[in-house]
Amino acid sequence: MNDQIAFMTRCVTTGRMTRREFIGRSAALGIGAAMANTIYAQAARAADPVMGGTIKLGMQGGSTTDSLDPALTTNAAGLMLLRLWGEPLVEQDDDGGLQGKVAESYEGSDDAVTWRFRIRKGITFSNGQEVTPDDVVATLQRHSDDESKSGALGLMRDIKDIRVDGQDVVIELNAANADLPYLMSDYHLLIQPGGGKGAPDAAIGTGPYILKDVDMGVRFVAEKNPNYWGDLGYADTIEILVINDDTARVAALQSGQVDLIDRVPPRTAGLVARAPNINVHKTSGPGHYVFIMHCDTAPFDNNDLRLALKYAMNRQEMVDKILFGYGSVGNDTPINASYPLFSEMEQRTYDPEKAAFHYKKSGHDGSVLLRTSDNSFPGAPDAAALFQQSAKAAGIDIEIKREPNDGYWSEVWNAQPFCTSYWGGRPTQDQMYSTAYLSTADWNDTRFKNEQFDQILLAARAELDQAKRKQMYADMGKIVHDEGGLICPMFNDFVEASSTRVSGFIEGIPGQILMNGYAPHRMWVNA
Amino acid sequence: MGPILTLLAQRIALSLLLLLMVSALIFAGTLILPGDVAQSILGQSATPEALANLRAELGLNEPAISRYFSWLSGIFHGDLGTALTSGQDIAASIGSRLSNTLFLAFWAALISVPLAIFLGLLSVRFKDRWPDKLISAVTLTSISIPEFLIGYVLMYLIAVKLGWFSSVAMINDGMSLGQKLNAIALPVMVLTLVVLAHMMRMTRAAILNVMQSAYIETAELKGLSGLDVIRKHAFPNAIAPIVNVVMLNLAYLVVGVVVIEVVFVYPGMGQYLVDHVAKRDVPVVQACGLIFAAVYIGLNMIADIVSILANPRLRHPK
Repeated sequence: MNDQIAFMTRCVTTGRMTRREFIGRSAALGIGAAMANTIYAQAARAADPVMGGTIKLGMQGGSTTDSLDPALTTNAAGLMLLRLWGEPLVEQDDDGGLQGKVAESYEGSDDAVTWRFRIRKGITFSNGQEVTPDDVVATLQRHSDDESKSGALGLMRDIKDIRVDGQDVVIELNAANADLPYLMSDYHLLIQPGGGKGAPDAAIGTGPYILKDVDMGVRFVAEKNPNYWGDLGYADTIEILVINDDTARVAALQSGQVDLIDRVPPRTAGLVARAPNINVHKTSGPGHYVFIMHCDTAPFDNNDLRLALKYAMNRQEMVDKILFGYGSVGNDTPINASYPLFSEMEQRTYDPEKAAFHYKKSGHDGSVLLRTSDNSFPGAPDAAALFQQSAKAAGIDIEIKREPNDGYWSEVWNAQPFCTSYWGGRPTQDQMYSTAYLSTADWNDTRFKNEQFDQILLAARAELDQAKRKQMYADMGKIVHDEGGLICPMFNDFVEASSTRVSGFIEGIPGQILMNGYAPHRMWVNA
Repeated sequence: MGPILTLLAQRIALSLLLLLMVSALIFAGTLILPGDVAQSILGQSATPEALANLRAELGLNEPAISRYFSWLSGIFHGDLGTALTSGQDIAASIGSRLSNTLFLAFWAALISVPLAIFLGLLSVRFKDRWPDKLISAVTLTSISIPEFLIGYVLMYLIAVKLGWFSSVAMINDGMSLGQKLNAIALPVMVLTLVVLAHMMRMTRAAILNVMQSAYIETAELKGLSGLDVIRKHAFPNAIAPIVNVVMLNLAYLVVGVVVIEVVFVYPGMGQYLVDHVAKRDVPVVQACGLIFAAVYIGLNMIADIVSILANPRLRHPK
């Protein structure tokens, strides 16, 4: 058995075995998952990073019409670019906490209204200019200006004042928000010289790489920044190719044109993983697919009918057949373990008897109309049909209406009482709940209006004691789980793949795609 | 030579007139797109001031006719305007995309046209025997399969399994000619397979038609070999319809390869156009439309001119 473990450890070190495989095979040897995880972590660390070389990425998302201005970046390829040349004040770390980037530390006042970020001394932009607190203030002002087209504008609305105080930047809020530091990790908020007001798309920042070659929507080349303050980045050169076609992206990885790709289609991920020179990685993220009911519209204003439909959903079947296993079951809240301050709750499972009980209690008669479309999430019409079948077993008749893709987001979603949709998730629970579950939210697509929920949400935002906050979020989750109009059958994973030419991919890092966008920095070309 | 010059001048003038009409059509087409251009650029959250500013900037407050003529006069001065999305000069950014598209089309044509004509001649020579049937079967099969599928199949077999050529045909200025050719090998193969059948079948039909003539029989009776008869007597008389179909396919190679560009990630005009249509970048769409129309009309004009010149009755009028 020791030989077997030694062999497997070597496989991990050379990148030929993923964590899941390792744990699976260890289980076959009678080693528990926790133990296997520890051995895996040691093996993965034992692989010493190698400096130098070129890592090539094949990315989906990215268009000729994109801009290098961080305020206007919207897609996956753009995110990876920003991560190369720039840095925000702070960034999420691997455990869902925060680490300092341009700011070396931060602290909030007791009432969570005033926040102070200590700017790192002696670091420079890629044009040689030293980073000053004034640059930070100018950057944040550019993104919070009313005229701003920044994707981060929504996060900045509550800011009353931003000012310089010595080496600190002080942010004053209109109302308490314990999550402000998380908001500052938003990928749009890269610190630029002079706030980027003169030349927002100059791509000058404090990042570990410097853009050398830019062909929008086609190809980008970045080289190591010799003056970078931190220790991030092994490869000398990082090349990003925009390959929007799924088949072409996978073929590019298989034929060795690129080393790392995002968004492997779940349908074919199993086939891709069979190739000896390719590792498929999955990371659970905050994105989820939903069936949403308007809590204020008949017949869904009856909580028993909502519960009946929730119990009639076979979540595991959805994960198996719609996500092909690349995902996890949802629990009728928009929150999963990828969020900070998440706490477990009893899992709701498929229970035709309970569904029938609540259905009978609701007194509803006749069928329930569910609207769906191809673009509401991948495989939505199939998921609706599965739901129809599992509900039938509980005696609930669901009528499916297929809507056209065109106009789905304006005519059906947030307009019709019961439909399929998806959410990409938000960095914090507060953001997610404020965006879609607060009574007054524009995007309250379940018309969920619960006074108690709103009160806890606002109180939690101002609460600095993390244990208390965690309990508050657990209470809120329970309310949505029991009374909300959300049926959340599944959270979809990020499915990504790398070739064995590169090592260092770590699964399960919270945040955005590809190790929160840092895969090219943290991976290396094997010697 | 008087009458033939008149004919040519007429044909060229006709093409220019056609191009002018197409430009009006393109302009009108983008006008009747639903929704206000400024609104669709700025999105739903646009403030009234921003909308008014953008409208003034785009000159949307002027009547359509005067906008059309200022756009047209800009084109005559080589000014295609600036892109709404990136603010860059369109002529400059289209330049490199157009040259990439022409580069791919050139190499695809260089291989497919001689190959098609040669295969066509071969089919005539062995009419109704096995080489003819084999050539027809293979080329007709390849034209019947959707081009993206041929692309995927070749990508899987040649790039992934054999590892001979790259599956990503991304070229850039830093590459040598050899590297570029290596990169575009697969798309060139696919395009060749797609356009081969049409040209080859036309060559075969046109020459067979001529082969029925009395002078071919004379040539055979005086003892010329089969291929010589075709080369010296049949081919020159069948040139007009062949050139016509060749030009149609060349035009396709320039304006119709969007799907191939997407599949092989080739940075050409097609991808550029699609990206800008998605963002409603009207000036870029207009410019691309006009360039595509000009290519199409220009190549057809060349085909007509060749037909005129190839016709002895027009070259030597009584």
